[in-house]
Amino acid sequence: MFSNLRSIWIVFLHMFHKRETVLYPEEKAHLPPRWRGRIVLTRDSEGEERCVGCYLCAAACPVDCISLQATEDEEGRRYPEFFRINFSRCIFCGFCEEACPTDAIQLIPDFEMGEYHRQNLVYEKEDLLISGQGKVQGYNFYKVAGIDAGVKRKGEGANENKPVDIKKLMP
Amino acid sequence: MIENLKYIILVLAIMLALVLIAAGLIWLERRMLALWQDRYGPNRVGPFGTFQVVADMIKIFFKEDWIPRFADKKVFVVAPAIVMITILMSFAIVPFSPSIGVVDLNIGLLFFLAMSSLGAYSVVLAGWASNNKYSLLGAMRGSAQMISYEVFMGLSLMGVVILTGSFNMRDIVLAQKDTWFVIPQFVGFIIFFIAGIAEAHRLPFDIPEAESELVAGYHSEYSGMKFGMFFVGEYLGITLISALITTLFFGGWLGFRLLPPIVWFLAKMFGFILVFILLRASLPRLRYDQLMSLGWKVLLPLSLLNILVTGAFVLYFNKH
Repeated sequence: MFSNLRSIWIVFLHMFHKRETVLYPEEKAHLPPRWRGRIVLTRDSEGEERCVGCYLCAAACPVDCISLQATEDEEGRRYPEFFRINFSRCIFCGFCEEACPTDAIQLIPDFEMGEYHRQNLVYEKEDLLISGQGKVQGYNFYKVAGIDAGVKRKGEGANENKPVDIKKLMP
Repeated sequence: MIENLKYIILVLAIMLALVLIAAGLIWLERRMLALWQDRYGPNRVGPFGTFQVVADMIKIFFKEDWIPRFADKKVFVVAPAIVMITILMSFAIVPFSPSIGVVDLNIGLLFFLAMSSLGAYSVVLAGWASNNKYSLLGAMRGSAQMISYEVFMGLSLMGVVILTGSFNMRDIVLAQKDTWFVIPQFVGFIIFFIAGIAEAHRLPFDIPEAESELVAGYHSEYSGMKFGMFFVGEYLGITLISALITTLFFGGWLGFRLLPPIVWFLAKMFGFILVFILLRASLPRLRYDQLMSLGWKVLLPLSLLNILVTGAFVLYFNKH
């Protein structure tokens, strides 16, 4: 009996406690920098698209919400012809970000993507592509890659030796 | 003629006010529950979210009013009306202030007890007509609960009747001019309060409804405005019990000269409504055999003892 009265009193005192609710549209909860939200495609340090159209993100995606078509420009640089993410399917698991070998696809702390029509949740490449480098600064895949795609000539990449001149190669 | 018209307008005004208070309680309860659970509750629609009531009403009016094919149609339709009618009828005997009140019956208290017993039919018939096992379980619990609390509910009020010497509600209020009956009849007050919670099917004793075990108990199959009638009926029940506690034990409209009597009455009534909500916020539901054993083994003997002691005191002091 006493414990009942005591619990009623304790509940009553909660009237004067601080509210737990975050009044959402006016004040927003803190999102940590690694928060997995909306997916973006980043650009490299030269401002070119990072995505090389390797399909690894589409393969890693557990709900198959990513679809893309890779193509090549005249210098041999691969890029996606279209890149489409259906956010009405996306579960924001971040597997695409882990799978991406060029750090092109990244998840950012933004979840406010409400739409009135489901079709509007299908984001095309121009919606996904941002002008910055995202979380990975100063990385350019073609600077460290073995192939020449118009970014650097042979032997000028980072961590790369000059090509050996076989005519002058003396024992 | 003019007198009659005035009377009819008064009755309609009281009814409208009561239904509006009951609807307002939907907002008040959600807000207060939230307050006691460290939340805000509905605070978006209108000032402090008070227009939430309007939104809720619009929603409930426009919901599909569906009667299941397997239900007993006539009883199914009648059941929610019974709860509204009996509770609104009970309000007829409540004296809100010296001038506001519907009737001045000399058997006022008995009328209330009769109406509250009839209200139990609504629960039983609703559960029976729904033809649903959860509803039936709720209805069965409702009837089991009713036979255990109705007895000591009536008996707990007899102390007040002995002290006043009348069943008339106005006489009962006027008899509390010097001391409120809560002091000489404290045991009676506690017993009536517990019975009142059971009568209104409120949380420590919301056994017929028991939304965490029986879907929604006796009104599982109800939708639209029929459900709305049960819903508003529950809040009307709280208002009724609070009004009766105020009248019987806390001096009704009596108070200092500072404020008009109706304000005193409403202030006390809302105080008890808040206590009802606080109980909902803090206490878990009892098992229904626990309620029955509490009723029959503790509260019934206690209320009988209360009558005995009160009667003995009155007899002893009236001799001198």
